[in-house]
Amino acid sequence: MATQLRIATRNSGFIDPESVESYIAVGGYQALGKCLSEMKPADVIELMKNSGLRGRGGAGFPTGVKWGFAAKYDSDIKHVVCNADEGDPGAFMDRAVLEGDPHSVLEAMAIGAYAIGGNKGTIYIRAEYPLAIARLKMAIEQAKEMGVLGDNIMGTDFCFDLELKYGAGAFVCGEETALINSMEGNRGEPYTKPPFPAEAGYWNKPTIVNNVETLANIPAIIMKGADWFNKIGTETSKGTKVFCICGKIANVGLIEVPMGTTLKEVIYDIGGGIPGGKEFKAVQTGGPSGGALTYKDLDAPIDYENLVARQSMMGSGGMIVMDEEDCMVSVAKFFLDFTMDETCGKCTPCRIGSKRIYELLDKITIGQGTEADLEKLRSLSVNIKDTALCGLGQTMPNPVLSTMRVFEDEYRAHVIDKKCPAGVCAELLEYTVVDQKCVGCTLCAKVCPVNCISGKPKEVHVIDQAACIKCGACLDKCKFDAIIKQ
Amino acid sequence: MAKINSMADLQKKAEELKAAAVKTKSEKVLVNVSLATCSIASGGKEVLEAMKAEVAAQGLSNVEFQQVGCQTYCYAEPTVEITLPGKEPVVFGYVKGDKAKELVQKYIKSGELVDGVIPAAYERVVL
Ligand SMILES: Cc1cc2nc3c(=O)[nH]c(=O)nc-3n(C[C@H](O)[C@H](O)[C@H](O)COP(=O)(O)O)c2cc1C
Ligand code: SF4
Ligand code: SF4
Ligand code: SF4
Ligand code: FES
Repeated sequence: MATQLRIATRNSGFIDPESVESYIAVGGYQALGKCLSEMKPADVIELMKNSGLRGRGGAGFPTGVKWGFAAKYDSDIKHVVCNADEGDPGAFMDRAVLEGDPHSVLEAMAIGAYAIGGNKGTIYIRAEYPLAIARLKMAIEQAKEMGVLGDNIMGTDFCFDLELKYGAGAFVCGEETALINSMEGNRGEPYTKPPFPAEAGYWNKPTIVNNVETLANIPAIIMKGADWFNKIGTETSKGTKVFCICGKIANVGLIEVPMGTTLKEVIYDIGGGIPGGKEFKAVQTGGPSGGALTYKDLDAPIDYENLVARQSMMGSGGMIVMDEEDCMVSVAKFFLDFTMDETCGKCTPCRIGSKRIYELLDKITIGQGTEADLEKLRSLSVNIKDTALCGLGQTMPNPVLSTMRVFEDEYRAHVIDKKCPAGVCAELLEYTVVDQKCVGCTLCAKVCPVNCISGKPKEVHVIDQAACIKCGACLDKCKFDAIIKQ
Repeated sequence: MAKINSMADLQKKAEELKAAAVKTKSEKVLVNVSLATCSIASGGKEVLEAMKAEVAAQGLSNVEFQQVGCQTYCYAEPTVEITLPGKEPVVFGYVKGDKAKELVQKYIKSGELVDGVIPAAYERVVL
């Protein structure tokens, strides 16, 4: 039985998030105090590097190394930014941390500022998170009043000022350069790196951008030490990861497991398996940037490298579980619909490419796709990956490529046999009457909105396929299981 | 709020707060009601109110309520964690309808378990 290990979520659900005393009672702000009183900024960075902590926002960049870059530049002002934009469909772990334990994030930001020689912090949070915003505001105020944030923290020379900035809820604004543009009041569009934010970020000053979950780990690492942390996890990925498991899974919710836990343990031991006696089909990790993993991957230990090797990715930790009744072409279409809406439009491959991919997928799901379309889909996807400007466009074709690779049969069934094996794509379904079962009760004919079912009472009924609009009303009505959908 | 002026101050404050928490735990029934976005959406606030009302109706004076964040069990919201003095905490899920009252009447009053218990399957880092 796999057990969870809660580091980033250690306090959520246990303390009152609206009370600074509640946080202090569980050791809150001691890590900051330890840094200020016992460690030089360089020691803090060294400790972070040794811990092996990597960014939980998706890219997995080593946190200590990022801090080290920003520390190197001389500047009157340096910024720490908390990325609380959380736009992945199916991911809500950052919200849970902010709502359940806001002080741990504030404390970590102050530690980051101390380490890089800065004293300004900004939390970029989407406006759709009103409760998280309210609790953060409360936390900032209380912590300042208490003297653990603000001016001369705990009687030292160190000052740390903190403000909130609100995002309008655009997925691309989570990308760090777009986020910085948005914070400066410009359009939330990415720009090319270098310069990296660590050199010239917010208002051209050295800036570190860190994800909420990354930050929530930091006070624990400072208190327990780098060795403690890097004993947890795998060779390349230390510590734990928070996942939001949703979709066709019994125990929908939030989990935190050591890196290296297998997908099987997550889905079956912790997630309780697939409800309704259905068969597991796939799990999408990494959201719209990731890919589908199948039964072949169930024994794979989850870490950054392992998921990439299996052509998916860690991403921010959304896990969408799918069963036999999910159509993988439709799943890919769902993600492309999302990216098509969310592309910022700055570069052509992403702006037009997402639309073209979506159209091809749509064509396939309504039974008008050809084998040539599959080839087109593949080459278009590969080209977009190579030419898009930012991470959004570069990863947007992943759900297509990965489902095409793993579920090629399903794509071929759609374009060659004009069938949707999972029974999802309405246009490809046929409703038919099973002669042996039909008792001629006439109920189906009565509910059919287009009157395409004919038959005399007590005789077998027949559906006129050309006229049927595939609404499924007859199937729901028949008490004798005499109508099937395939 | 007394200001914290040094690391020593902070440690002192933490110890005081910890001691107070230990004392409360040994004397009182602690009820943590999850009030994160998803818990509130599924009725967490109503559960808190209903339990408070029932505690008052039963004339119980040793129950302390605390709002907490996400308890991680979306599938079983609303969720409530109850710690009886000297006992391990127990999380109850699916606290809908009369369940809030029942928790007070049975588990809080006499330690009698009601269904909907969610087994804890995690280790938690304590600083
Ligand atoms: C399209 C896109 C969206 C992103 N959205 C987020 C997000 O919502 N939250 C986040 O922390 N990082 C997001 N990132 C990653 C950030 O650019 C950045 O790598 C991260 O915030 C750095 O913090 P970390 O090192 O702590 O992970 C996104 C990246 C891309 C390309
Ligand atoms: S890849 Fe897409 S989201 Fe990124 S800059 Fe280009 S158009 Fe904008
Ligand atoms: S409802 Fe079912 S049993 Fe009745 S006529 Fe239609 S197919 Fe036959
Ligand atoms: S699916 Fe709808 S339209 Fe088709 S036969 Fe049944 S009731 Fe009529
Ligand atoms: S967000 Fe659903 S239980 Fe926490």
